[in-house]
Amino acid sequence: MEFVTGLRCRECGRPYPAEALHVCDYCFGPLEVVYDYEALRATLTRAQIEAGPQTIWRYAPLLPVADPAPIDLGTGCTPLVRADRLAAELGLGELWLKNDTANPTGSFKDRVVSVALTKARQLGFKVAACASTGNLANSVAAHAARAGMVSVVFIPHDLEVAKVVTTAIYGGHVVAVEGTYDDVNRLCAELTSEHPTWAFVNVNVRTYYAEGSKTLAFEVAEQLGWQAPDHVVVPVASGSQLTKVARGFAELHEVGLLDEEPHVRVSGAQAAGCAPVATAFAEGSDAIRPVKPHTIAKSLAIGNPADGWYALQTVRNSGGAFAAVTDEETLDGIRLLARTEGIFAETAGGVTIATLAKLAAQGVVRRDERVVAYITGHGLKTVEALASTVGPSATIAPTLEAFAAAVDVEGGLDRSEP
Amino acid sequence: MSVTVRIPTQLRSLTGGQGSASVEGSTVGEVLKALDAAHPGFGDRLFDDQGGLRRFVNVFLDDEDVRFLQGLETLVADGQTVSVVPAVAGG
Repeated sequence: MEFVTGLRCRECGRPYPAEALHVCDYCFGPLEVVYDYEALRATLTRAQIEAGPQTIWRYAPLLPVADPAPIDLGTGCTPLVRADRLAAELGLGELWLKNDTANPTGSFKDRVVSVALTKARQLGFKVAACASTGNLANSVAAHAARAGMVSVVFIPHDLEVAKVVTTAIYGGHVVAVEGTYDDVNRLCAELTSEHPTWAFVNVNVRTYYAEGSKTLAFEVAEQLGWQAPDHVVVPVASGSQLTKVARGFAELHEVGLLDEEPHVRVSGAQAAGCAPVATAFAEGSDAIRPVKPHTIAKSLAIGNPADGWYALQTVRNSGGAFAAVTDEETLDGIRLLARTEGIFAETAGGVTIATLAKLAAQGVVRRDERVVAYITGHGLKTVEALASTVGPSATIAPTLEAFAAAVDVEGGLDRSEP
Repeated sequence: MSVTVRIPTQLRSLTGGQGSASVEGSTVGEVLKALDAAHPGFGDRLFDDQGGLRRFVNVFLDDEDVRFLQGLETLVADGQTVSVVPAVAGG
């Protein structure tokens, strides 16, 4: 059963049908999916969800497309792990990590793409396209391959090698654009007008695509025993993910699946080399000035974020904060996460952990809170960022003497728990 | 100055379906006002009550977002292209 009643402009409230539309014809505001919450409240139960598949599609009634056989690689239900060793390093209490590196193509993008392309197929599209900083390209190319759709993905020409290879392998069209992500995005926004029969997942079907990120909140709440956390830390590129994570917790309560009304503080993580939203937050401004990105966190390098304004409002209204961290802090964050919890994150995850550390030191993220940090992409995608900072402990001749002289393993035991 | 303005799908009902229009103007603001004069309705859709660009409208002069230039005051030269692009895309 489908619970979508249509689309609505978030700015001016004008109604639209549930078609491939993403902005209001009148004011250019973003369109949002409207659900029949009354019907959902009357029918949807925890037991029904718990009996569903071990994927995002267990939450199908809260997603914008009903399809008994969605385009799915097995996305979602990723681990939520308690992170006591990292918490101890940061002076925090109950800390959890939502490990979305475990998705089929190694990032949270599988959530949004599975939803977007399932809806696109239902609407009759046969070509899947996107503007991407890399993770989305991986996911669109993979899902299109599985669905037998043609894919055309547009990426900045200077992306990490791994992200290019892990996209091109699926056999679609990969177009490297000489420019920044914002240039790629603008090109795709214009191409959407010229190729209305292509589904650009983050342009003309973006309304549906964005809904996939709500599952990041649904899963965390379910994994915590149908409770919302006190504070979440989410990386910010376009701002869509952060906005939808907050929406996801609120929606679960709205349909009666959380006993208590959630009061989740939402904090945003940006790289200092591309921090238009964090800057507006720090300045107490409503105007988000676009920037030219210079950061190793390429998956967050959006200088002109579409949902920046909504992310800013969400963070402010929730009592959270933004922080921006340098490239060096980002690399430290990746190493800290790997060293303490055994999770290897891409640069965006380093930004998130470094932001968590900064906000913990400032007392914004508190020891008495139940905190969840979202780790949204796998470290193997951005190994070159780390290549010059980690490597073999020693290179030795194959002899006992050489080993004994070179490596002190027992000294490392100091690091482990008593 | 004769300038080409590229029109997104959402506004093509104002141009009889055309994806571009040719208008005169020496700044980006003048070009957009001339567009409104030639095809009434554009002003209402592009500008807010204070006369600034609406939050979700991006305007480019050739390859550059006008917010990196001088906004609506940015000078335009003969033969340049102004593009109106919905801001809600990407990410």
